[in-house]
Amino acid sequence: MAVVSASDTSTEMVKAPSRMSRFIRMLQRRAFATPADTAISVMVFGLLLYILWLAVDWALVRAVWSAQAVDQCKVDGAGACWSVIDARHRLILFGLYPFEEHWRSTAACISIIATVVLSCVPAFWSARRLIPLWIVGFAAYYLLMEGSLIGLPQVTTDQWGGLSLTLFLFSSVVLLGMPMGLGLALMRRSKMPVVRLTATLIIDFVRSLPLLTTLFTAAVILPILLPEWLQGDKIWRVILAFALFFACYQAEVFRGGFQAIPKGQWEAGKALGLSQWTVLFDIVLPQVFRHALPATINMVVLTFKETAIVIIIGFFEMLASAGAAFGTGEWAPYYLEVYAFVGLIYWVFIFSLGQYGEYLKNRMKVDRR
Amino acid sequence: MAAATAQSRKTAQVRRLLIQAVIVIAIMVIIWSTYTTAQTNLNALGITGGYAFLERATGWSYSFSLLPRSVDDTYLRTLTIGFINTLFLGSLCIVLSTVLGFVIGSIRDTSNLALQTIASAYVQLFRNLPLILQLVFWYAVFIHLPGPRQAHTLGDIAFFSNRGLMLPALNLSGEIALILLLGSILLGVIVLLVRISVARALVIWASGTAIAIAVCLLIFVPQGESIVSVPALKGLRFLGGMQMTIELVAMIVAIVLYSSAYIAEVVRGGLAEVPKGLIEAGQALGLSGRTIWSRIKLPMALRSIVPPLGNQWIFVMKATTIGVAIGFSDLFMIVSTSLTQTGQTLELIAILMGCFLLINFALAQLVDLINRRMQLKAH
Repeated sequence: MAVVSASDTSTEMVKAPSRMSRFIRMLQRRAFATPADTAISVMVFGLLLYILWLAVDWALVRAVWSAQAVDQCKVDGAGACWSVIDARHRLILFGLYPFEEHWRSTAACISIIATVVLSCVPAFWSARRLIPLWIVGFAAYYLLMEGSLIGLPQVTTDQWGGLSLTLFLFSSVVLLGMPMGLGLALMRRSKMPVVRLTATLIIDFVRSLPLLTTLFTAAVILPILLPEWLQGDKIWRVILAFALFFACYQAEVFRGGFQAIPKGQWEAGKALGLSQWTVLFDIVLPQVFRHALPATINMVVLTFKETAIVIIIGFFEMLASAGAAFGTGEWAPYYLEVYAFVGLIYWVFIFSLGQYGEYLKNRMKVDRR
Repeated sequence: MAAATAQSRKTAQVRRLLIQAVIVIAIMVIIWSTYTTAQTNLNALGITGGYAFLERATGWSYSFSLLPRSVDDTYLRTLTIGFINTLFLGSLCIVLSTVLGFVIGSIRDTSNLALQTIASAYVQLFRNLPLILQLVFWYAVFIHLPGPRQAHTLGDIAFFSNRGLMLPALNLSGEIALILLLGSILLGVIVLLVRISVARALVIWASGTAIAIAVCLLIFVPQGESIVSVPALKGLRFLGGMQMTIELVAMIVAIVLYSSAYIAEVVRGGLAEVPKGLIEAGQALGLSGRTIWSRIKLPMALRSIVPPLGNQWIFVMKATTIGVAIGFSDLFMIVSTSLTQTGQTLELIAILMGCFLLINFALAQLVDLINRRMQLKAH
């Protein structure tokens, strides 16, 4: 008891700087150190605050939040007209999916988002947990959206749209592309020259072409090259081509991971009498995944961003449904609000995944020390 | 024991040969079957293969060209214009986004918190939104600009309206400007190849380009006309100056903002990797902050900046293909329009892919060249 009170008085005497005073001292050091610094800081912070104020004023202060009719937005001095989101958010999120089935779309989106969030938890970082997680999440999405297999009214893929289509493209590309990428990376390391050369050619060729060219080829050219029974739906052709694109970049990421593994590990495994495949799957690959993790997250983020490109080859994903939300009739002047809404959805997804990648990178740096 | 290992080694070898043979056969079967299927499908559609269509006139128009064009142009000329448009837009965006990226990346590296904050906000905003979303956004904004009569103007020499951005320019035609641009790029590559210091190379390149422009002005500007052409409103449209359509402006704005945010990150990473001891050594020698920056920090950082920067340049070239979303006539849009008009699918896709392989290869060579120039001499 006496000891505790002694330590209490000592903290009393040498008072640790409070959070506030530490913040002020940091500001003094980093923003107001010299007169020139002070002048720059005042100007830049002033500019930032001004921009922030303009945005807040438009988006919150003068905004019209809900309006029965478009006329209420046409008042002089009105800011953002969020009524357009109120009226059209279902179109933006779910596209042309039947209105009374929207709960299925919502649940399907939640299942994909939950899958992505769960894969960020370290407890899931093993092939035995990650693979079932993604397959279950994706299957849940597909069963809910398509419906006929679980006794709900069938909704065909051409009616899928909006955010749910964006998430579908994203998750199927990652799910298919990841094993394809690993396969290509292993082929590129093969001792057989034909296998190695094939993989190298595919990877370099696809990486030299713009994504749009690859997708366009799959959508428009493949029907000419393939017999009818092999063509499949346009959406699956595009997803496969997108997955190939993902795989070719991911193969290079894995290759970097393989290069970080010392050769001695292979030799040690061999000396212990383990087969080549055991060494690969139980010793080398877990380390490869670990090394490749930050770059892999980069690729996943990039894929999410690039899904928007399928608007060009005629899919009704979120950007296209946003265009449709203000494209016709009364809401036409309020395109800014719609783009702000869609932009915010993309931004939150991409920013948080990106920050998570940064966090992992820093954490791994600490681990290695 | 030894015989057994020899035996198993032999079976492994045979297995490898078999696998490779199967792969070769499979690839050949795939090529042959796609070829025959394509033949029957194209015959059913009544399309004859080959490149004869390149000589036919197109009969359709498009949004942007540096060279004079008409609907009577052949497909060959139209595709060439598309290729030039892609190269022009791509190289313009590469230059602008590299400059802007270096500025913002350096700002992120300063010690001032306010500057850091605004640079980070810029990077986080433009890097974390899909490029095509930014493109259609800017296009929508520019379409809603006032018409030519109410155009935003800067001192009545530059105008910005829903018809595009009109800037004063040198009084030269598109072809000559294009030749000058190519000459300038060529000179730049030559200067990079010759082993002289980077500063001297820059001086030679800049003065060479300036002299070429001056000579062209002397030869090609007609007597009595001014050297600079200023846009002016005549009726409902602008005449003179450099006229950039809103499609072109939207492409430049979107690609430059997006790509410069990426380059800023690359530059910041490169600057952060310069060992602190080098900077402190410079300070101990009594060098000024500016000298430390230009003679120590930047040259050291450039070595780790150049390879990812080159990747970003290649990305910019490929990114020009999304112009089709707003109707900018880049190579991809010209190819896809030609495709719907003629049905010469395979030939046109081959042209498209060939052009991009060429661009990729040339840029990779250029980056490699710069990279070799940047390496430390002693190595």
